[in-house]
Amino acid sequence: MRITINDKECWANPGETILAVAEREGLKIPTLCYLKGLSPTGSCRICVVEVESQRSLVPSCAFPVFEGMKVKTNSPQVRRARKTIIELLLANHPQECLQCVRNGNCELQSLAAEYGVRSLRYKGERRTQKLDVASPSIERDPEKCILCGRCVRICHEVQSVGAIDIAQRGFKSTVTPAFYNSLNTVPCVFCGQCIVNCPVGALKEKSHEKIVWDAINHPEKHVVVQVAPAVRVALGEEFGMEPGSVVTGKIVTALRRLGFNTVFDTDFSADLTIMEEATELLDRLNNGGKLPMLTSCSPGWIKYIEHFYPEQLSNLSSCKSPHEMQGALIKSFYAEKMKIDPSKIFVVSIMPCTAKKYEAQRPELGEDYQDVDAVLTTRELARMIKNAGIDFTKLPDDYFDDPLGESTGAGVIFGSSGGVMEAALRTAYFTLTGKEMDNIDFRPIRGLEGVKEADVPVKGIVLKVAAVNSLKNINYFLDQIKAGTSPYHFIEVMACPGGCINGGGQPLPSNPAKTEKRMQAIYKIDRELPKRCSHQNESVQKLYKEFLGHPNSHKAHELLHTHYVRRDVE
Amino acid sequence: MSTASVYEKYPAQDPSVLIPMLQDIQEILGYLPEDEMHKVANFTRLPVSRIYGVATFYNQFRLQPLGQHVIRVCRGTACHVKGSLDILTTLENELKIKAGETTKDLLFTLETVACIGACSIAPVISIDNEYYGHLTVKKVQKILASFKNDQTEE
Repeated sequence: MRITINDKECWANPGETILAVAEREGLKIPTLCYLKGLSPTGSCRICVVEVESQRSLVPSCAFPVFEGMKVKTNSPQVRRARKTIIELLLANHPQECLQCVRNGNCELQSLAAEYGVRSLRYKGERRTQKLDVASPSIERDPEKCILCGRCVRICHEVQSVGAIDIAQRGFKSTVTPAFYNSLNTVPCVFCGQCIVNCPVGALKEKSHEKIVWDAINHPEKHVVVQVAPAVRVALGEEFGMEPGSVVTGKIVTALRRLGFNTVFDTDFSADLTIMEEATELLDRLNNGGKLPMLTSCSPGWIKYIEHFYPEQLSNLSSCKSPHEMQGALIKSFYAEKMKIDPSKIFVVSIMPCTAKKYEAQRPELGEDYQDVDAVLTTRELARMIKNAGIDFTKLPDDYFDDPLGESTGAGVIFGSSGGVMEAALRTAYFTLTGKEMDNIDFRPIRGLEGVKEADVPVKGIVLKVAAVNSLKNINYFLDQIKAGTSPYHFIEVMACPGGCINGGGQPLPSNPAKTEKRMQAIYKIDRELPKRCSHQNESVQKLYKEFLGHPNSHKAHELLHTHYVRRDVE
Repeated sequence: MSTASVYEKYPAQDPSVLIPMLQDIQEILGYLPEDEMHKVANFTRLPVSRIYGVATFYNQFRLQPLGQHVIRVCRGTACHVKGSLDILTTLENELKIKAGETTKDLLFTLETVACIGACSIAPVISIDNEYYGHLTVKKVQKILASFKNDQTEE
């Protein structure tokens, strides 16, 4: 159908919203509560536009087009309304911008600037509400919340967790877990998608910056840091670089300048994970083990299955997540090699993830010491670099330290949904046939779609695999397993939409276009590496020879594998 | 009193039955206890945060048990003009609770209503469906005292 926006004729599909058409036409309409692909609520009203024949302004995010519709997206009336809406939001907002974690990166702040709010015409009542800082991963400050409901919709509609919802009504409305509980006592999986979708500073990660600075400044502590794959394609954004810029070498330099004693690469233990996981898969296939095997590197996903599908825990691979494997090796293999007392080693993981903070303090992940002592999100690392006065964009490149710094393309693609599966298939094929694959690119399981599947013929059998991201998408597969009808052998699961590149600890705000660019960067690194299969990682092979024996050996099980616990939903 | 009949009456895993279920449970128990909300969550397959959101959104649902005596203070226009705010404040101070709450001893629940429909005797309150009109702060204190005395005599 034909509609007119700002005197320009354009085509629209029946059922589309005004906002969708305007976006396609390259017109910018500000939004706050709107999240692409999720149910529109029209609650914030910032996207209002003028439609001829309508009595009042309409929210463009929720209003469907009709034949002959005439829209004005930027008339004086619209601008005045938007400005008033911002002023009213600010009227009950704490306005502690200078002390806020989102200062300079806040959607409300930007809108106030764009619409020229220079004075506060309204003085509203403030709500006094308790901070929720008890969880190991996520902190909530409900007073800063503008009730857009994006966190709630992500939590319910994308993650099917439903840890939080809007309670009460009117002025008392608030986003909270049931009964005003803390996130710590409800089935929150700490994926942090609420944080990356929050327009303001109402949600943030539990900061580990101080304990890491303290460790660095401690005269007796040997501080070892490791960097996850997805961090290197996102950190640049915090310094104004294009999404998808690859900044691996700069990160290493920055970490050395911050004062870390040793800089390792989590990609190394991603390769190691593949050796362990592929071996575990083949063992299950050959010896009638529980199938399908589910991957275990995403701690948000692990907590999800523990809460919601505890009967399926035995389908999970027993492999620890890569940074936990690395931590265990740093405090055993590396400590032994360097003759350092492991009690003096402090392991820091730089992760795109908030759930890793919770994972690091799981009691089963560590023997005498926790495998990992602190977890910094990509955002926290950026803050530390800025704090230290390092001009990140001008840094020279440097290389990771040996022996836990070598990696292959298989390790780096862990950062993108489908990557663990692809890496495992590359090595499983080699292990089964003794030959390298002709074409190691598994395109069907790449991309940002929530569910990707493939049938992989290997040596007379057809492996049926799937890569799933966003937790809601896994329910179908888990119900299938429960019913005993799952045709799959191996399923990769990542809690966050798109995988770690769009994790809860990544630069803000999150959007699919940025995630897409980060993903392309991940596959670019893989493509350009000389070695692209985990079993080709010489340091990994050496580690087995010198220390672990062979994949799934007794020692490997002690250090690199773990178990899971059933958790209540309540 | 058991709420088992409620769970037999409705189909499981159907979010659309949420509000009628909560109404039925409140009918039986007088309020919505936490554990019932968890049960409803399991039954409807909705997260308990959503049950809590709905239960706190609608004024008809109460999350605390009702006191033995329910005091409703009319806050309609006529009563307001005749000083019903003082009546309400007096009751809040005497009972040491806010409107919408129940005393610790479960004796009194204090509520406000928009209009009782007895403007001719404003300001007015009702206690257990008995109406008290032309009130003053002193009269309210007396009425309250008589209820408390009744209680101690029993």
